[in-house]
Amino acid sequence: MKRLLSFIITVLVLTGVMAFTTPGLLDKVRLGLDLKGGFEILYQASPMDNGGELTRASLQQTAKSLEKRANALGTSEPEVTTEGTDRIRLKIAGVTDEAEVREKMKEPAVMTFRSAAEGDAAGVYSKIELVGSDFVEGAAEVQRSNLNQPEISISIKDKAKFAEITKRLLGKELAIYLDENLLSAPFVRAELTDGKASISGNYTLDEARELADTINLGALPLKLTEKYSQSVGATLGKQSLDQTVRAGLVGSLIILIFMIGMYRLPGILASFALILHTWLLILVFVVADFTLTLPGIAAFILGIGMAVDANIITNERIREEIRSGKGIMSSVKAGNKTSFRTVMDANVTTIIVAAVMFAFGTGAVKGFALILIVEIVLSILTNLYFTHWLLTVLVKAGALKKPKQFGVKESDISAL
Amino acid sequence: MRFNKDMDYVHWSKYFFSFSIVLTVLGVVFLGFMGLNYSVDFKAGSNVDVSLTKSITQAELQPALDSLNFEHAPSITFGENRVNIRYDEVLENEQSEALKAEISKLDAQASFEINTVDTEMARELARNAIYSVLLSSLGIIIYVSIRFEWRFALASIVALLHDAFMVVAVFSIFRLEVDITFIVAVLTIIGYSINDTIVIFDRIRENLRFGKQKTYEDLKVLVNKSISQTLMRSLYTAFTVFIAAFFLLVMGGESIKMFSLAMVVGLLFGAYSSIFIASPLWLLLKKRQKPAVKNNAV
Repeated sequence: MKRLLSFIITVLVLTGVMAFTTPGLLDKVRLGLDLKGGFEILYQASPMDNGGELTRASLQQTAKSLEKRANALGTSEPEVTTEGTDRIRLKIAGVTDEAEVREKMKEPAVMTFRSAAEGDAAGVYSKIELVGSDFVEGAAEVQRSNLNQPEISISIKDKAKFAEITKRLLGKELAIYLDENLLSAPFVRAELTDGKASISGNYTLDEARELADTINLGALPLKLTEKYSQSVGATLGKQSLDQTVRAGLVGSLIILIFMIGMYRLPGILASFALILHTWLLILVFVVADFTLTLPGIAAFILGIGMAVDANIITNERIREEIRSGKGIMSSVKAGNKTSFRTVMDANVTTIIVAAVMFAFGTGAVKGFALILIVEIVLSILTNLYFTHWLLTVLVKAGALKKPKQFGVKESDISAL
Repeated sequence: MRFNKDMDYVHWSKYFFSFSIVLTVLGVVFLGFMGLNYSVDFKAGSNVDVSLTKSITQAELQPALDSLNFEHAPSITFGENRVNIRYDEVLENEQSEALKAEISKLDAQASFEINTVDTEMARELARNAIYSVLLSSLGIIIYVSIRFEWRFALASIVALLHDAFMVVAVFSIFRLEVDITFIVAVLTIIGYSINDTIVIFDRIRENLRFGKQKTYEDLKVLVNKSISQTLMRSLYTAFTVFIAAFFLLVMGGESIKMFSLAMVVGLLFGAYSSIFIASPLWLLLKKRQKPAVKNNAV
């Protein structure tokens, strides 16, 4: 009786927890762009034309700047990740003006300090003295000059370099460009050793602020070219999500019906474990903050089919033992024991495949492999350990004692 | 009602070996001459999927597209309330905006999915996938050799590569479209195939412990017995995974149609190869070692 009680309590509590938490959990699953709409760009980074190096640090720096830029545009949760040694993937969901975002991302405002090279006409400055990455990131700010005019102050990383430039250009013009636009071309009046410079012009306060923001966002250390882009309309994403989830529900339902029809009471236990398995998987998605994509849902649904394999193996084995004339108790024991080894060996080999995919794959393949690994580990917990335990408890409690409850006909049992 | 499971699978496998070899040769020929029908994922270009709220005819759409004056004429496929427009050129940002604007004139509520691809990305993905298959084969060989023996490892790898190749061959023969999700599908099939094979091998291993197998005949009986003992499980599991994949195929989102189809095809081959290819192949390998079997059995 005590055993039966612990069985009932376990099932009830789990059912309660699942029923109570599922709606909230589902809302928290982070959906990929293919399901909620948005767009994705993969950039290939290369060093700027005028030097600079492509390093891990500069790549990460660029990714950070991109993220800032995307945030500044007011998009929700932009996702910027570096890939390999020279790629950056940018994902932005729910963009209304895609063209604008793309433009802002693609064409970074590059600030340069230039001086007149020999042979330049008056007002033309072609020798680049300082590039975007020479400036301290995010240090541009608006201040007021002595004449109470708004101006933008900027800091230069390498003070000595700036000192050298200003010394060399003493009495000459040091022009400040944003992209190819000449902002101002002040005369260098003194050697500047504090690494500070200011851009003045006839700016209103708002203009000055906007310029400071652009400069702050503009310090991209690397040049980016678009390698791949994908854009999904929000309606289309929703449609894919709905269709695929519906397909999954119908498929899962048929699997559950099949299991119960085929294995009776143990089939019900397997179905319960399968639901628990799915719930845990969603939980892992939320807790680990994985992004669910369309191939991800596919892996999800196929995983259900694979998880149920553990139950099929166990139940087939138990039936076999029963048919050979063993008692229920020893059949279940033997079935659990032998099927455990079978399932483990089969799953470990599958995990090997998935782990290699995870290590070698990129993008979709990596995500898929990760889900597969999580699924297998979870299915070992739920559809192997947990169902074995449930089954043993029921048998020990005396609730399962007839071969019929396992879907075995009396006539099939051979005398021992 | 129960059908007789105790067939001579090993005997039948002769025919299945031939069948698989013919299919493999056919696959190689098709792959060699026709290659695969690559989707835009593997071809530079842009793919525009439009979800419509009302039906638009070719006659309505064509002038709209013509007015854009793009260099290449697109190929257009109509679906139910959706249209797929593919360009063999990469659309510039302004071009895709112009395209959207034109179609929005026909249906203001149209929703777009635009993919632009640099072939290098897809090729790299495919290359990585092939590396992962080879490397995971190595991993399987090591693991299965430790847990079982090398003959099982070799036979399971053959079955695994067989399944993967069959799906590729079927896609080549029927000119089905190969996109990035296809790679994922083939990798899943490999995972499923090895899982399925190991379960049967596990039973052979178990049966080997109990009996004394002196002759090839003994081994043959043992393999047949092991297959028939695990047959229901093989069929049921194939059935459940098949159900999942099948419903994804008929009801799932448009963009995973090919994925689901590859899965369905691969599953059938996976179940088939575990029974008719992998196990008899192990027997074939074991046969060569027959004298040793005799010694071991004493």
